[in-house]
Amino acid sequence: MSGGVDSSVAAALLVEGGYDVVGVSMQLYDQEQGDARFGTCCTIDDLHDARRVAAALGIPHYIVNLERRFEEVVVGNFVREYAAGRTPIPCAHCNSELKFSTLVEQALGFDATHVATGHYARVTRDADGRFRLWRGADTRKDQAFFLFALTQAQLSRVMFPVGHLAKDEVRRIAQARGLAVADKPDSQEICFVPDGDYAAVVDRLLPARRAGLIVDVAGRVVGRHDGVHHFTIGQRKGLGVASAEPLFVVRLDAGRQLVTVGPRAAVDSTRCAATGVNWISGAAPGGPLRAEAQIRHRHAAAAATVEPIADGRVTIAFDAPQTAVTPGQAVVFYRGDEVLGGGWIDSPPSA
Amino acid sequence: MRIYLDYNASAPVRDEVADAVSAAMRTRFGNASSVHRFGQEAKTALDEARTAVAALIGADAPEIVFTSGGTESDNAAIRGVAHALEAKGRRRLVATAIEHEAVRATLHALDRRGWRTTLVPVGSTGVVDPAAIERVIDDQTALVSVMLANNEIGTIQPVAAIAAMARAHGALMHTDAVQGAGRIPIRVKELGVDLLSLSGHKFGGPKGVGVLWMRRGLSIDPWATGGRQERGRRAGTENVPALEGLGVAARMARQELADAGPRMAALRDRLDTELVARIPGAAVNAGSGPRVPNTTNVSFEGVEGESLVIGLDLEGIAVSTGSACSSGTLEPSHVLRAIGLTPHRVQSAIRFSLGPSTTAGDIDQTIDAVARVVGRLRALGGGRG
Repeated sequence: MSGGVDSSVAAALLVEGGYDVVGVSMQLYDQEQGDARFGTCCTIDDLHDARRVAAALGIPHYIVNLERRFEEVVVGNFVREYAAGRTPIPCAHCNSELKFSTLVEQALGFDATHVATGHYARVTRDADGRFRLWRGADTRKDQAFFLFALTQAQLSRVMFPVGHLAKDEVRRIAQARGLAVADKPDSQEICFVPDGDYAAVVDRLLPARRAGLIVDVAGRVVGRHDGVHHFTIGQRKGLGVASAEPLFVVRLDAGRQLVTVGPRAAVDSTRCAATGVNWISGAAPGGPLRAEAQIRHRHAAAAATVEPIADGRVTIAFDAPQTAVTPGQAVVFYRGDEVLGGGWIDSPPSA
Repeated sequence: MRIYLDYNASAPVRDEVADAVSAAMRTRFGNASSVHRFGQEAKTALDEARTAVAALIGADAPEIVFTSGGTESDNAAIRGVAHALEAKGRRRLVATAIEHEAVRATLHALDRRGWRTTLVPVGSTGVVDPAAIERVIDDQTALVSVMLANNEIGTIQPVAAIAAMARAHGALMHTDAVQGAGRIPIRVKELGVDLLSLSGHKFGGPKGVGVLWMRRGLSIDPWATGGRQERGRRAGTENVPALEGLGVAARMARQELADAGPRMAALRDRLDTELVARIPGAAVNAGSGPRVPNTTNVSFEGVEGESLVIGLDLEGIAVSTGSACSSGTLEPSHVLRAIGLTPHRVQSAIRFSLGPSTTAGDIDQTIDAVARVVGRLRALGGGRG
């Protein structure tokens, strides 16, 4: 229970469905440093909101302290990825490494059979016992993208009680039950990044860093920068490079501290590779797979051929060029609304 | 059916106390400083409460200052003495490494403002060696503050011996006796201390009321100025109903201690013995030292204390990982670190604190539940990576 409306309604629906529900919130950072340091979610006020909702539902509520693990697994990875010239997606790590592993384990320790969250995603179970993962019914709120790393074992223990609902309905349910969080705004940002300033977080946690050069696609030096973590693929603003035509970041090379910029067309690509691939079914397909591949949370999945090339590795060939395929982000494979699997977009070989 | 074994966090309010508070709220609403009979009745009720509290610790009623609780009493004692003796060139404060946060944080605040504070280590017994205190007391020492009984592990400190040393050096002696009241007999004269803190809600009284006992003749500046309440040392209209409840709790604690002490000790010892016998990797922390009869602290190898507390709560048994005042932080217990436990053993510790109404059945059910929950958590690798 994050203290937001989605997990609050998830809990309410379970209580009304006759489940024996225990509320758990994750404390993810040192709350004494809370306000100044952190953004939009999982602050101490949110924990209080979660507690109040649990009290209103008449269920016990516990705050589980996962600060250390969050720092190591999520924040640490986030900083290292940026410093390595990639653009990480910490919510997916938090889901797979904290919510659906550490928290699930803890819940089982409390004799719970399932862990429910407020994610907009759906899980079904086939007649043969295999679980499938689907996009949430509300296409604008769908969060299945962040859940591609769930294993069959994890899927057997999860419930997404609001996954079949539209956000408006979720808010209406909260209002009808008088939950104080009914009108709480959605959290949009990464919870530990205030004001969306990623580079400031990296600067604070990893002060040692090298400035470098900005070059064009022909290798000519066109500017200087304060570290590759200030950039992401496809970025146009804030390059500090004067040019007749618009320039975009096309490549980040942390090893040489090089930022490569180029015209719009140079940002497009038809291929990428992914590592750490998880297949929801539990097994990689035997050969090339036709699917729709989504390379960002807000990207429209595009037709592609996904080919397993080694354990946990695939190559993806898009039918049409895609803009800003960004190393560090997730690429998730779908067939319609069904999530087939996904992985982490790999850095291209150094030019 | 829920079992409450967290008396050191807060003891259940006794029925007689709740009745007394309720009756006082309805009938004795007068201001105890008022001239009329409403005021007189309130004043009389306060006098009776003061007498009952004094009797609990072998003190005289005029030496009792009512406060809002143990934390205020500790603050008033330490800050009051520090400021009073500063002019005499005494700017050193001595305490142990296992004091309650109310003492630690207050000393820390003074330390930042130029007082020299020394926290004397305790060994694995959880009991400070008076000789170690003696080594650091000097003629610049204003105050020595040593708790009577530790809130997390229950160990009883040699307060009387230390008080004698403080006196020999012209320093004053304070003891936080919050976890002693209702657990062991307290006689201020035998302890030889100058100031002593109590908290009402640790022995069946209401929250929000406590006591600072100050030896007659001791003078420190008022810590709340205003009216003449509490002999001018702590101004503000008295919380008469809650203080009446405190008086009732003090009277009952004193009356039943002779029975309740040995009964709690027997149950606590059975809890220790059975947990260690039935659960591999269970170990009592600081179990060899003298302890108050109601407290024990036990580590369960390979299990997170936090997970165990939640698991037990879901089984209907209320315990804690240590001080409720530290919960919500990841800071490992300073007490358990001070007695030299490994980080893993600190993280796997929980505190059981019993009360006069704890039954043998409660303890048996607790032993079963702990064995069950520990087994479940261990099957999952401790519930945490």
